[in-house]
Amino acid sequence: MKKKTSSKSQPKPITRRNFLKGTAAGAATLAIPVGTSDASIWQSFFQKHFQEMSKAEMAEVIKRMEKEYAKKYKTSFNIKTTGALPDTLFGYGLDLSRCIGCRRCVYACVRENNQSRDPQIHYISVLEFEKGHKWVSDLEEADKYYNPEEVPEDGHFYMPVQCQQCENPPCVKVCPTKATWKEPDGIVVIDYNWCIGCRFCMAACPYGARRFNWGEPQIPKEELNPKTHYLGNRPRYKGVVEKCTFCIQRVRDNPGKYPACVEICPVGARKFGNLLDPKSEIRYLIENKRVFRLKEDLNTSPKFYYFFAT
Amino acid sequence: MSSHTKFITLVAVALAVSFLTLSTQALSSESHKAEKPKTSEIPKNYDTPKYFVPPPPFSEGIFPCSDCHEDMDVNPERRELEDEHVEISEMFNHASDQRWCLDCHNPDDRDVLRLANGDLVSFEESYNLCGQCHGTIFRDWKAGIHGKRTGEWNGRKQYRLCVHCHNPHSPKFKAIKPLPPPNNPLEIKYKKLSDEEIPRNPLGNIQ
Ligand code: HEC
Ligand code: HEC
Ligand code: HEC
Ligand code: HEC
Repeated sequence: MKKKTSSKSQPKPITRRNFLKGTAAGAATLAIPVGTSDASIWQSFFQKHFQEMSKAEMAEVIKRMEKEYAKKYKTSFNIKTTGALPDTLFGYGLDLSRCIGCRRCVYACVRENNQSRDPQIHYISVLEFEKGHKWVSDLEEADKYYNPEEVPEDGHFYMPVQCQQCENPPCVKVCPTKATWKEPDGIVVIDYNWCIGCRFCMAACPYGARRFNWGEPQIPKEELNPKTHYLGNRPRYKGVVEKCTFCIQRVRDNPGKYPACVEICPVGARKFGNLLDPKSEIRYLIENKRVFRLKEDLNTSPKFYYFFAT
Repeated sequence: MSSHTKFITLVAVALAVSFLTLSTQALSSESHKAEKPKTSEIPKNYDTPKYFVPPPPFSEGIFPCSDCHEDMDVNPERRELEDEHVEISEMFNHASDQRWCLDCHNPDDRDVLRLANGDLVSFEESYNLCGQCHGTIFRDWKAGIHGKRTGEWNGRKQYRLCVHCHNPHSPKFKAIKPLPPPNNPLEIKYKKLSDEEIPRNPLGNIQ
């Protein structure tokens, strides 16, 4: 095949967002590159909502998507669509009396979840506070750019923040395209093919947990994680929103693995499990330790529990 | 997973682990003249089950201790060690006013640890030693709250020994270097990069 077109004349992958932009301008057809006979572009337009697809339709979509990714990233991806396990509601615990602010979790998350390295996307922000400071009400006062030789720094403590997986998620309510919703196991997910990038959800999130792809995501080829889930770490597009999904691609297997941030934490501050299982570590800590949730007064009811083991 | 299959998995894991220990010991004891009781035959009064853990983090070549200690006299005197274990003796800072090496290490067979009540404990189960003085922490550890477990949240879990995180001779958790802070949004200027130019993850590739 002689394919030496410059990047300009190459057909742009069409996202629902481009498409809507086109429609708004009253020239929907302009959004379709002239002379494209690639059926997959048309198929991606008319893709049904994830929750409404039949098994066969889903398999079709996955096959098409795996092909698109293989072409784009020169790596073969596996995209799972595993559904929620029965009798499972995921909860997370973070021990503030142990966290030392080392940021291992931040980068294990980036690696597991195929976040863009440039423009940089991190799902986890680790905040540093001075001890005795009035803090829970005042996240903006914290420093997330701290960079001493060694942590923990005397007189400081650390609080990592990521998606709190609210039972009552304000981000879901404001989404105009139903591109984000709460799954039966409590994980708030995003369909990157339905997201139009309006960022209402980012404005609605009280925890600043959602991230926007301002540019085409860039990841070194050898660092791509090819084991993905449709609702999780499959590669994203420019112009879509993403966030922590409790590593849906890991935790939904049966038996399921712990999220990447739990596995890497050198001090063991991160806990994960099934809130419906009375024998789980998450239930143990809720019942035996001092716990709190962020901005409880907003009635978002997070399933992310900060606690103090001591 | 039903609790029944979970139990079976646990038993299988425990069996596999003890089999491994047994077989390595069988191998190493062939090169030794003296017959020693195998770890699994050590009589014990404590009732903690054996937890699935990675091997103890020994320095290379130090174990079995009996390689040296078998033919050595025990010196119970508290002192600065000079001929061997000099670093340990220098760093020793663990309620050290009241304690000495032989409060934890068994004088008669250096390859095992010894509890206050005289029970012997293998290095694979050193949590039982720590647990006698740190009971609350030990309870949290068993529940997966203190320290950490990895593996499957609804299946097989691997614990870490206390000594994977705490040096038993100087147990305060050591400070470490943090990974880089995030970019300040004010500094972001997007440009298309070649694969080599894209910043690498400080943790390296996924295995
Ligand atoms: C609080 C109990 C305790 C005390 C007191 C103690 N040890 Fe240990 N020591 C341990 C445990 C537990 C290990 C096993 C560490 C591991 O699994 O790697 C160990 C490991 C060792 C090792 C092997 C270290 C290596 O490099 O792998 C040596 C040698 C040793 N101890 C010597 C000593 C000496 C000498 C003293 C006295 C100065 C002493 N210990 C005091 C609990 C103790
Ligand atoms: C290379 C030989 C060697 C090995 C291997 C070795 N030791 Fe020792 N150990 C010594 C010597 C020599 C001394 C005496 C040092 C002194 O008096 O300055 C000693 C002293 C000790 C002491 C102080 C009490 C006493 O009996 O003098 C303890 C406790 C001890 N060793 C524990 C261990 C443990 C536990 C291991 C295995 C994890 C181990 N040693 C492995 C050579 C060794
Ligand atoms: C014989 C009782 C005893 C045993 C056995 C024991 N400890 Fe301790 N430990 C103490 C006492 C007492 C302190 C508090 C005094 C101090 O900090 O020196 C302490 C302190 C600690 C601390 C806090 C240190 C600090 O400065 O913050 C850690 C961590 C610790 N022990 C871990 C362990 C581990 C791991 C083991 C098993 C290898 C263990 N301990 C076995 C008595 C014990
Ligand atoms: C995954 C690593 C890890 C493991 C495994 C672990 N600890 Fe700790 N432990 C920590 C950290 C981190 C701290 C907090 C240290 C600090 O604040 O300086 C701590 C603190 C402690 C303290 C000080 C008291 C406190 O509550 O802060 C004791 C005592 C202790 N650990 C004992 C143990 C014992 C006993 C075990 C095994 C049963 C164990 N640890 C296993 C990481 C670990």
